[in-house]
Amino acid sequence: MTRSLLSIAELGDVGLRRLLELSDHMAEVNRRPNPKVPALRGKTVCNVFFEDSTRTRLSFETAAKRLSADTMNFAVSQSSLSKGESLRDTIETIAAMGVDAFVIRHKSSGAPWQLGEWTNASVINAGDGWHAHPTQALLDMYTVRTALNRTVTSSAGGFDGLRVAMVGDIKHSRVARSTTEAFKLLGADITWVSPRTLLPPEHDEHVATNLDDVIDDIDVLYLLRMQNERMNEALVPSLREYTTRFGLTPTRAGRLGQDVLVMHPGPMNRGVEMAVDPGELSGNVINQQVTNGINVRMAVLFDLLGSGSEHSLAGSSE
Amino acid sequence: MTILISNGRLIDQTGERTGDIRISSGEIIAVGDAGTLGDADVDAGSDATETVIDATGLVVSPGFVDLHVHLREPGREEAETIETGSRGAALGGFTAVVAMPNTDPTQDSVGVVDFVRQQGERAGLCDVFPAGSITIGRNGKQLTPFAELADAGVRLFTDDGNGVQDPQLMRRAYEYASDLGVTMAQHCEVESLTAGAVMHEGSCCSHLGLPGWPSIAEELMVHRDIELVRLTGAPAHFLHLSTAGSVALVRAAKADGLPVTAEATPHHISLTDELLTSYSALYKVNPPLRTMDDIDAIRAGLQDGTIDAIATDHAPHVADSKELPLDQAPPGMLGLETALGVAVAHLDMALVDIVAALSWNPAAIAGIEDRHGRPIAAGEPANLTLFDPAVSWEVVPAQLASKSRNTPFVGLPLTGRTVHTILHGEIVVRDGQALK
Repeated sequence: MTRSLLSIAELGDVGLRRLLELSDHMAEVNRRPNPKVPALRGKTVCNVFFEDSTRTRLSFETAAKRLSADTMNFAVSQSSLSKGESLRDTIETIAAMGVDAFVIRHKSSGAPWQLGEWTNASVINAGDGWHAHPTQALLDMYTVRTALNRTVTSSAGGFDGLRVAMVGDIKHSRVARSTTEAFKLLGADITWVSPRTLLPPEHDEHVATNLDDVIDDIDVLYLLRMQNERMNEALVPSLREYTTRFGLTPTRAGRLGQDVLVMHPGPMNRGVEMAVDPGELSGNVINQQVTNGINVRMAVLFDLLGSGSEHSLAGSSE
Repeated sequence: MTILISNGRLIDQTGERTGDIRISSGEIIAVGDAGTLGDADVDAGSDATETVIDATGLVVSPGFVDLHVHLREPGREEAETIETGSRGAALGGFTAVVAMPNTDPTQDSVGVVDFVRQQGERAGLCDVFPAGSITIGRNGKQLTPFAELADAGVRLFTDDGNGVQDPQLMRRAYEYASDLGVTMAQHCEVESLTAGAVMHEGSCCSHLGLPGWPSIAEELMVHRDIELVRLTGAPAHFLHLSTAGSVALVRAAKADGLPVTAEATPHHISLTDELLTSYSALYKVNPPLRTMDDIDAIRAGLQDGTIDAIATDHAPHVADSKELPLDQAPPGMLGLETALGVAVAHLDMALVDIVAALSWNPAAIAGIEDRHGRPIAAGEPANLTLFDPAVSWEVVPAQLASKSRNTPFVGLPLTGRTVHTILHGEIVVRDGQALK
């Protein structure tokens, strides 16, 4: 049966831990002088990006190539979709060329689920609308685990007692949804820090309405990107006011404990949510997040398309 | 040619009894106790060509009337035509439907409404009564010629698909309509609250990352129009109520004696927003599927008469468009062929009250109570539905008469199905098959 990675909820606790463990093997591959293995030779991975995302696409493409998979890239702006061809026809056509996995990014929540109805290939959700971004959640978990040297292989906990503040536009954020789910699966305590207008209409999470209320009592500070267009929808009055209540300002940075990890899914809005130079923060792991993105995406591809044997990671690609 | 219906369970606004009916020349010519019409006439050597329908075990009721269908013609014939929609209506037991005006061109002039009615007559499967739009092109700016359209037979006016957003324009519409004997039917939705909305605003949309469609967007307009009715004295009909709050507002308005009526759809008494977790656009509809609390309130509204009618909001869409991502797919569901089955399965009401909501109540709202939803009695027009109230069945999309397949009821047990439909004294559906 074809397996896919659509959401953290569908992956579940066991799958999440398995992929984090597998990411360690990939990190080891990536530390080699020649970071390439033949594990997915003969497999074809197609990146289908209906929404621009250079970072995520490059990360997936790099991950696939390090596993020796062939890659195809499908960008909507160059496609016949602009000529009225349906998503279904497009996917069925590409699938008929022989594709083992689709990596899909779409601005509409749920699109990867629809795509999964029309193809026998594996589907990897690289971000759908406001809904889910499971590989971002994986790389976030991997980054925290590595930085804090936590073990998550046991069936419960791993991040027990870890206090995480996720700050910003939760409502419109697939990162917030997936990463919150993953933190909770591993036992962390999450607080959403956001004005009411940027929260989902109904939820069960713990909420703070000002960053000052939580900043002294956290282990991880996760800042979300604040998008300019939210101003037009009257969700916050101004970016300046947003920064006043929710931005990481120099004053707040001074209150952060030395060991507090600072994370951001990128791209950052300097001077808005990140109103300090992140390079000056002792707990800054933002670049590690990007590096770890390759590790976890290799793990996902290997898990879905590979032989299932980690021995295939031993040899190097000729 | 005459038709004899024998031994049926006759249900109409006068009550319920078992009996026989004889039909000739489009009229009911005799009604008698079970067994009293058949043998007597054969013995008397009457019309040998008489068609006999054994109605044992079947309910015989006045034909159903659907206040709310989208037949897509003119303009969107790839999704439905008046003929295919009429066939679906007949199979669902409807002898009359009100065709919504969001056609292309819009039903905002006498020429277009005449065309729609005539296409209905050509199909000859059910009576098609076109609604007129409230504003030209449904653009919310300029009123249509209500009086000209009323002279052409239009009784209901609506911009369905959209509510009339401008309160001043809507006030004028009620005022101008008040001495013409026509009814404004409002699609209640304050659009600034639903921009980009895909599904009911609640915990489900929060999890799915889909833009929410708040209940208050409907309730604010229900409230506004109730107050406009209070101000102007003109009647209003509320289309497809979907929230508990709307039901409460209409109940209070009726208690105040205001001339308001309301309808609810089969899907709003049976399906919840949790179906959207499949991300299938089959479940996208306007107004959206809501919560179990809302369903309970709508069922209660039907039970206590706050909601007068069950109307399908039959909205065919081609398969391609329902395969789009949820935010791009058009809203709407098929309803004509499943309405009775959903109503009987999901409403804990006496059969006579369900038939009332499907027949004479909507006939009165549509202004066609002189022809449809009539009592079963000699001299009345022979528009009748014969249905099996107990049969369990499931809908098979490929077998639908509609040109489209977007039914949300696949896999759900339905109870009650039309067996025969008689329109103007002619059998148009026999044993569950359309005869033309």
